[in-house]
Amino acid sequence: MSGAASAVVKGERDVRADFPILGERTSRGKPLIYLDSAATSQKPQVVIDALDRYYREYNANIHRGVYEIAARATDAFEEARAKVARFLNAGEPAEIIWTRNATEAINLVAWSWGGANVHAGDVILVSELEHHSNLVPWQLLAERTGAELRFIPVDDRGELQLDRLDALLERCVLVAVAHVSNTLGTILPVAEIVTRAHAVGAVVLVDGAQAAPHLPVDVRALDADFYVLSAHKMLGPTGIGVLYGKRSLLESMPPFLAGGDMIRNVSYQRSSFNELPWKFEAGTSNIADAIAFGSAIDYLTAYGMERLRAHEHALLAYAFERLATLEERGLAIYGPHDPGRSSGVISMNFADIHAHDLASILDTEGICIRAGHHCTMPLMGRLDLAATARASFYLYNDRSDVDALVAGLEKAATIFRLS
Amino acid sequence: MDDFYRDFILDHYRNPRNFGHLEKPDAVAEDRNPLCGDEMRVEIDVDEAGKVSDIRFSGKGCAISQASASMLIESAKGKSLESILTLNEESVLENVGIDISPTRMKCAMLGLGVLKSAALAGIAKANPE
Repeated sequence: MSGAASAVVKGERDVRADFPILGERTSRGKPLIYLDSAATSQKPQVVIDALDRYYREYNANIHRGVYEIAARATDAFEEARAKVARFLNAGEPAEIIWTRNATEAINLVAWSWGGANVHAGDVILVSELEHHSNLVPWQLLAERTGAELRFIPVDDRGELQLDRLDALLERCVLVAVAHVSNTLGTILPVAEIVTRAHAVGAVVLVDGAQAAPHLPVDVRALDADFYVLSAHKMLGPTGIGVLYGKRSLLESMPPFLAGGDMIRNVSYQRSSFNELPWKFEAGTSNIADAIAFGSAIDYLTAYGMERLRAHEHALLAYAFERLATLEERGLAIYGPHDPGRSSGVISMNFADIHAHDLASILDTEGICIRAGHHCTMPLMGRLDLAATARASFYLYNDRSDVDALVAGLEKAATIFRLS
Repeated sequence: MDDFYRDFILDHYRNPRNFGHLEKPDAVAEDRNPLCGDEMRVEIDVDEAGKVSDIRFSGKGCAISQASASMLIESAKGKSLESILTLNEESVLENVGIDISPTRMKCAMLGLGVLKSAALAGIAKANPE
């Protein structure tokens, strides 16, 4: 019986108790203040237990064995897929393809759908604030096919500018855009982009790596053609991710990786391929992590995604309010200062303190933040920034973490003799 | 790491020595740390004896990379190009005189790599094949 499955609504303190790592101390004896969930989230005990239980009790390969534990492993693996389908409101579990992570899911689409449907002279449209994982695969696809890569511009505050979207969509066959910016936290107007892209017949891939952990996502309401995510950013293990695709698209696409499990019939000269979703899952899948991700989905569902959104909204509002007291000492915050349009991320710089120095000083207080370009080097260039310090929140963070962050920033100001 | 940000480090960070450019440098090298985007350029003038007669560095980075580079570059003036090639991590750490955590070692060594590349370029220029 897992705690996550219980219907009892937990207080924030109880939520923290579900995450063993949050009880750890650093080598300096400081409690761990984890503010880097946009890089990877921490894992609740139920997820760790699910991994452990699979390996202890029913480790077996799936889809082939006739014995009991093989059947149990297959059921758990497919049940996890069904959980993801319900979580995203996909039409059916067969529209959920397991990948290693969001990056692999994007690459799958670039090679399989892109290889079959993108031709010289076509346009691939992405935004200027994409993570490298939703940019580089399209650069390579454009090189392979002779397609043209275009960009939805951002303004100096990192807001997408849609006024020229219709012109950019001319000759466009594919739009790939983030649902939430990993660098700035901005929630992007993907529904509007999908509608306008569909009006010209373009297919839309939404990179949900930073959105699915934090917002209620309904892929059918969004009408996204593809939606990708990484389990490890949403309480699940590393090494497992998801490609959601509309059945009609997935069926029309050629296989990506070839090998066992993705075939129906094989002769020496040719093969026919398995039905969805297994057509895209060559070789033995990441069974344990998929099952444990199912437990993470259970945990998030029991907590409630609306509640999670409200929790982060309140925490972000509190953080903006507390951080405002440091603005006169040179704290600059990038992206929207509006918790209603932002999701769980605050990107900042503090006077002339380099983001890496800030991260080092905060580290001495047990505070984990990210410093650097956040895998969005073109966006950093566009905003004329070398690096930012990024604090990101999740359901286990509370006001005490924000207070610790502000105290850490004040310590940095003292060390750097800021007036 | 608290201890790292001492007055003289911050002084080198905010007032880096030999920062800027030479008119017509004999040798130039630049590099960037792809992890953090820090970038650095070193320009040197070499006299007849093969020693560094003047030197400048430029770029942007954290206090650790900038202060380490400033101190290292300052100490390179007057050294032969060959002796610059023998500098290593320990030489930098001796210069800085303070412990640097493993996660920040790349920052501290950015200047060293670029300085040695500039020395190599100077040697190559002095000995055309």
